[in-house]
Amino acid sequence: MLRTWVSLAVLFAGSTGGALVLRRRCERTGRGRRFFRHPTATTGVAVLTFFVLVAVCAPLVAPYDPSAQPDPVGLQNRPPSWLHPFGTDLYSHDVLSRVVYGAQVSLGVGTLAMLVALTLGAVVGAIAGYTGRWIDAVLMRLVDVGIAVPRMFLLLMAVALWSRVPLGTLIVLIGVTGWFGTSRLVRAEVLSLRERPFVDAARALGARSGRVIFGHVLPNAAAPLIVSAALGIGHVMLLEAALSFLGIGVRPPVASWGNMIADGRDLLTTAPWISLVPGLAIAAVVMSLNAMGDALRDALDPREEAT
Amino acid sequence: MTQPGGNAPLLAVRDLKTYFVTGRGGGTARAVDGVSFELYPGETLGIVGESGCGKTVTSLSILRLIPEPPGHIRPGSYIEFDGRNLLTLAPRDLRAIRGNRIAMVFQEPMTSLNPVFTVGDQIAEAAVVHQGLSRGAARARAIDMLRLVGIPDPETRVDDYPHQLSGGMRQRVVIAMALVCRPQILIADEPTTALDVTIQAQILELLERLQAELGMAVMLITHDLGVVAGTADRVVVMYAGQVVETASTAELFARPRHPYTEGLLASIPRLDRPADRLYSIPGNVPAATHWPAGCRFHPRCPHAWDKCRREEPPLLDAGTPGHTARCWLVVEPQRRRPAP
Repeated sequence: MLRTWVSLAVLFAGSTGGALVLRRRCERTGRGRRFFRHPTATTGVAVLTFFVLVAVCAPLVAPYDPSAQPDPVGLQNRPPSWLHPFGTDLYSHDVLSRVVYGAQVSLGVGTLAMLVALTLGAVVGAIAGYTGRWIDAVLMRLVDVGIAVPRMFLLLMAVALWSRVPLGTLIVLIGVTGWFGTSRLVRAEVLSLRERPFVDAARALGARSGRVIFGHVLPNAAAPLIVSAALGIGHVMLLEAALSFLGIGVRPPVASWGNMIADGRDLLTTAPWISLVPGLAIAAVVMSLNAMGDALRDALDPREEAT
Repeated sequence: MTQPGGNAPLLAVRDLKTYFVTGRGGGTARAVDGVSFELYPGETLGIVGESGCGKTVTSLSILRLIPEPPGHIRPGSYIEFDGRNLLTLAPRDLRAIRGNRIAMVFQEPMTSLNPVFTVGDQIAEAAVVHQGLSRGAARARAIDMLRLVGIPDPETRVDDYPHQLSGGMRQRVVIAMALVCRPQILIADEPTTALDVTIQAQILELLERLQAELGMAVMLITHDLGVVAGTADRVVVMYAGQVVETASTAELFARPRHPYTEGLLASIPRLDRPADRLYSIPGNVPAATHWPAGCRFHPRCPHAWDKCRREEPPLLDAGTPGHTARCWLVVEPQRRRPAP
């Protein structure tokens, strides 16, 4: 137990201190100053760093095995205590341990699914925007269809094909259904970027189309992509939570914040801590991601660069 | 003989026609309409004309950088380089020439540099593409190139981003980018237009020095006859998508045969000739969708007569070898009206 408290304290101090040091470092550059000018940016960085560190150091932080059921009768739904700081749930799991390990799953699924979506969206958007003509038309009509169909419905349909969805498949599914907006964003950027003379200059150097698109044009669209990714991870985490809550996302005994909330939904009046703790964790991470996204948007805005 | 050494041309453009299909009902803009000229090894060829006369489209056509659609190069056009027609080359072979054997310097040094990469990365790009240089070798090459184009402190400048450089330095970087593979031909499209006059002179001097050092042929596209006078060996004057006069620089300035060239020369401010107002050629360049019938210059020409309105003159031999002009005055000089 002592080990849990000490490591939590160290991680909290480390992430807060780290965020403050980062702020001092970055304030020398215009970009960093604009980022940290946001009142919530420092807190966002600190909170996110804290959760990432907790997820990485889960075995060190968690007091118990997250799927251990030490006493299914005597330790059921116990309120927070010294031995179980966030209480226990219906199956006598330690809630703190599950939240700590659940961070791995929730953050991991969020990040990886976002990367899948980002890659797909960037590739499709860049190709559509750069080549134009019928390729653009076909790809964008496809995106229109993707946006028109409710995402939850698409996921439910796909999930119905598996009785038990593997975690990797879930990540790919969330990613594959989430790239439509990104591709529109990238296409719009590329449409304006491709008219810039440096694109002709790159072609005049003898670069092939792929190199021009992905080596010269796309890096110029990085700023809006980074912002949309930061905001998107939060969105994906909520989606994963919703799917897990509906019982079709991450399956127990693997802990994710979403299925933990689902575990406690019948006991909200008698044992609220079971749902409340993972719920607060989701809220904290999503809020800090949104704060960082907003700050990044200001920091990376080229229009601010001139001033 | 104005053709240096009488060698075979390095690049021969024959009857180049680049048309653009404009929006609904606008018709076809014949931006370049039957242009022919040669570029000889080691020479500087000036291509002169007003905005909209087709100079830039000509240069872009050589490397097939015309956006298609709306543009297209008409069949029958021919651009010979190294015994091959660039216009029918497979994309792969064309890429092997672009940036490697024929390189381009663009007009705007700010916008033709990619803002998100260091100048070192961009200079080395062509060498990476064509010669597969490693990171370290590419960086060393970029530093060499920066030194070659006269940028002080190249070891630190190589890591700068374009916005950290002044306009003149950026243009030097763009030139370094073009020269990294030691091309045989450098096409410079208005390389000094965006720069201050003092910087202009430096850049032209630099181009001249590099040409001598590397022995390449330079195609200098400009609207500024002053630039041509100082640097070019021969000049091609373009008007309305056509070549209207070709001559050696000295010959062109001494004995212009086409009224358009005369007009251009008369509109240069001169220190030795007091004048209240600067001369300007009356009217504007007509729209490329509707070139005038007959001689395309006749609506603006002080000497035009019936024949000019009816018949389009070919490029006529203007006496001195290598001097041609697309004007009926060459064969009927008595039609010339005395200056008012």
